[in-house]
Amino acid sequence: MAEKFTLEEFFNLLKKYNVEELEGVRIEGDLEIEIEPGAAVDPNTINALLALTQYVNLIQEFGNFLYHANMALTYLQRLSQAFGIQLPVAAPQVQVPEVKPTVEVPKIKLPEKLKEAKFEPYKVEYPGKIEEVTLGATRSEGGTREITITVGGERSLAFYTFDAEMPHMPVIAIDVFDRRPMLAKAVREHYEDVLDDPAEWARKAVREFGADLVTLHLISTDPLLEDRPASEAAKTVEEVLQAVKVPLIIGGSGNKEKDPEVLEKAAEVAEGERVMLASATLDMDWERIGNAAKKYGHVVLSWTQMDINNQKTLNRYLLKRVGIPRDSLIMDPTTAALGYGLDYAFTNMERIRISGLRGDQDLNFPISSGTTNAWGAREAWMKDSPIEEDTPWGPRELRGPIWEIVTGLTLALAGVDIFMMMHPGAVAVLKEIMNTLAGKIAEKADENAWISMEG
Amino acid sequence: MKVKSPLEIYRYLPQTNCGECGYDTCMSFAAQIIERTVKPTDCPPLVKEAEKNPKVKKKLEELIEITSPEVKEVIIGKGDNAVKIGGEDVLHRHELTFFNPTALFYDVWDTLDDKEIDERCSKVVEYRKFYVGEFLTLDGIAVRCTSNDPKRFREVVKRVAGYGKPMILVSLNPECMRAALEEVAEERPLIYAATEDNWKEFLELALEFKVPVVVRSKDLNKLKSLAVTFKEAGVEDIVLDPVTEPIGEGLRGTFERVIQLRRTAILGEDKDVAYPIMVTPIAAWALEADDVSKAYWETVIASLFIVKYGDVMILHCLEPYAIMPIVTLRYNIYTDPRTPVQVEPGLREINNPSPDDPVFITTNFALTYYTVESDLTSGNIKGWLLVLDTEGLGVEVSVAGGQFTAAKVKDLIKETKIEEKVNHRYLIIPGLAARLQGAIEDETGWKVLVGPMDSGRIKGWLEQNWPPKEK
Ligand code: SF4
Repeated sequence: MAEKFTLEEFFNLLKKYNVEELEGVRIEGDLEIEIEPGAAVDPNTINALLALTQYVNLIQEFGNFLYHANMALTYLQRLSQAFGIQLPVAAPQVQVPEVKPTVEVPKIKLPEKLKEAKFEPYKVEYPGKIEEVTLGATRSEGGTREITITVGGERSLAFYTFDAEMPHMPVIAIDVFDRRPMLAKAVREHYEDVLDDPAEWARKAVREFGADLVTLHLISTDPLLEDRPASEAAKTVEEVLQAVKVPLIIGGSGNKEKDPEVLEKAAEVAEGERVMLASATLDMDWERIGNAAKKYGHVVLSWTQMDINNQKTLNRYLLKRVGIPRDSLIMDPTTAALGYGLDYAFTNMERIRISGLRGDQDLNFPISSGTTNAWGAREAWMKDSPIEEDTPWGPRELRGPIWEIVTGLTLALAGVDIFMMMHPGAVAVLKEIMNTLAGKIAEKADENAWISMEG
Repeated sequence: MKVKSPLEIYRYLPQTNCGECGYDTCMSFAAQIIERTVKPTDCPPLVKEAEKNPKVKKKLEELIEITSPEVKEVIIGKGDNAVKIGGEDVLHRHELTFFNPTALFYDVWDTLDDKEIDERCSKVVEYRKFYVGEFLTLDGIAVRCTSNDPKRFREVVKRVAGYGKPMILVSLNPECMRAALEEVAEERPLIYAATEDNWKEFLELALEFKVPVVVRSKDLNKLKSLAVTFKEAGVEDIVLDPVTEPIGEGLRGTFERVIQLRRTAILGEDKDVAYPIMVTPIAAWALEADDVSKAYWETVIASLFIVKYGDVMILHCLEPYAIMPIVTLRYNIYTDPRTPVQVEPGLREINNPSPDDPVFITTNFALTYYTVESDLTSGNIKGWLLVLDTEGLGVEVSVAGGQFTAAKVKDLIKETKIEEKVNHRYLIIPGLAARLQGAIEDETGWKVLVGPMDSGRIKGWLEQNWPPKEK
């Protein structure tokens, strides 16, 4: 169920970012693992942290934080792969069309009346329909969720409600991690109190920040981190299932060898709950992940790297070879941040959606986006521009959320059905604009006032 | 454009394959017209012949007509600073490309004092954000008449014109508009706006001063009716404003109107609405909210219509956190998806390096290259930058995919004669290519240092690691 946010509510959420109030905020390094002075710290944690330094530095250097567990390690690879798409045509220089002289008017003769005209909007109808996929299962359906979520079902481009009704609103999942991830400060300060408790974290995401569902990233299973056994990680899955009543998405660590085992185990303990397993990819054992989804009645996320043909291939493998039902597959064609390949991500998703609407049975599935990737852009987190000639970038506390919002909004227009996000302000604003476009917000405001307003 | 096949264009060409246009055959020239990389008047023999022969002239005109963009192109301003809007041919960028990026105009108003006006104008003129080898900038200034005083408006418009940027003049009062046009019509400002109430006077102004004009109405029948009336009276340069309502059902309606207009222009071939579209995200500033919320909402509206068919916009917030996502998104959406994103491989000298300075290597993928190059340049780092031909792939992918190899690094070192230019043998490779360290050392005999993952941190890294400790 899409939570309804009023404009006022999200303005309130944003208010705390007002510049005046920022002056008191201490701006720290680009990324921090903070141990509160005086806080009782488990020596094991310290050891673990020390052992991790190498890895931490790596990520630190690279960007800012571990934004999206199942994407973190391969993020740059995906990005550059996407960027590396070879294009066939080398376009010669674009010629500048010459300025046409304005037509000479011999004598000004004005018409008496406006010429009547009728605007006839051009109608577009697509033969295809995006599959409807339901996440979560209630008691009567064999699970324990109080809420289920259905996405998909579109017969038109996103928010073209004048072409066809939008059967389901896109939804937003908030990311939850099973160990402290590295987060940009602007994000982290909202989760400070729950960073060590995934169940509380999930609860907060739903109750306070209006998450429609929750994505649990089992990053502690990463052999480069704690290498937590799959069976242990599965316990966190159970805890989070207990803590919230919304549907769950379960992600691994992004480790190609281990993820199939981790997701299989998670699928087993979540049997009947109809979670989404994130994700099956072409370069890991997709068959095992697909089979786990099938056996325990879950949905599988089919993730490819900005390549429409690979997306077709993987979908087909999952549908035909594994036998995933058509109502149990969602696609992640990869999200790149604004300024860092968003053009490719947008166009790839738009093409996939249009193909699906035109009747391509390998591509007419709902789309999921790891929108949190927006925080990988240096504009979102770096203190200021490293380029001297740049106009100063302004407070980064204000840059980060809008970077996530604009990345999300752009992809919403390409057809995304599920957003995985982190910043509560970004979640609220994206919801507001999607509800607006879907016609769920009755308000109106003066559209002429700006013309003569003083300010 | 109407024609879809080069064959249809070929019929109009001289068919001599003379090559004067720069293409081997008339057929390939025709194919380029379809791609909109050249235009019919780029065929010299055809133009020459048309001057002599009225029949050929007619043919050329026909060709221009059938190959002109679906959406009319309108120019605001004059000279080097002029900005082109509209001229689009497709609804989705992958179908060809979008052509003229959404023009961004930021406002000043005439009840500000002159100092404040100057401040805002300077911000517009000076704004720059480095991105992929160039600086993203803003296009122009919209001057709003809030005094309702023709004299004051004229004064302010004159002042703003001094900044040399294209202008939009905003006033629904024809008297104020006339005063301003008497001052700056030469600069070819866009006038905003003709409505159902003032259209006659505005039509007269548009014709008299020969300036492009915005017609404005929420009712698309009325809007079309205004456009048709203006067109028939002889106004060529028309911009449509279907009225931006800032929130709720109003904003949803705006979204629908914008899409319907563009779709009907392109797919429905309705020439009467095939004009550039004006969107005014500034409308968010009339809402009751704090400044950050309004700035965010304005940015949201702008983003929405950068993706969906807004050709020119009036905005208010000059805070960089609001401008930056807008100019970046505009660049992304309007990037030609047909153009490869690579730079020339080879050696770049950064800040006049000496033989003692470090040698770096990166890939020829444009975003990687420009990021590294600009980080070095603006960090005042002297150094030698080797650019490896990775076929336009980024570091990590090319390392994995075999386009970034020790053998290729060796060749590049040889080709660029870098060994003759420096007196050390230390190569700094990207953090993401760390795994090639050993292989490159074995292959080249150079000592390889693994640099940071993000070139934004090179400066700090060098402070720690350069000059290298062990010789
Ligand atoms: S210049 Fe004209 S005639 Fe000569 S090859 Fe080009 S298109 Fe053909």
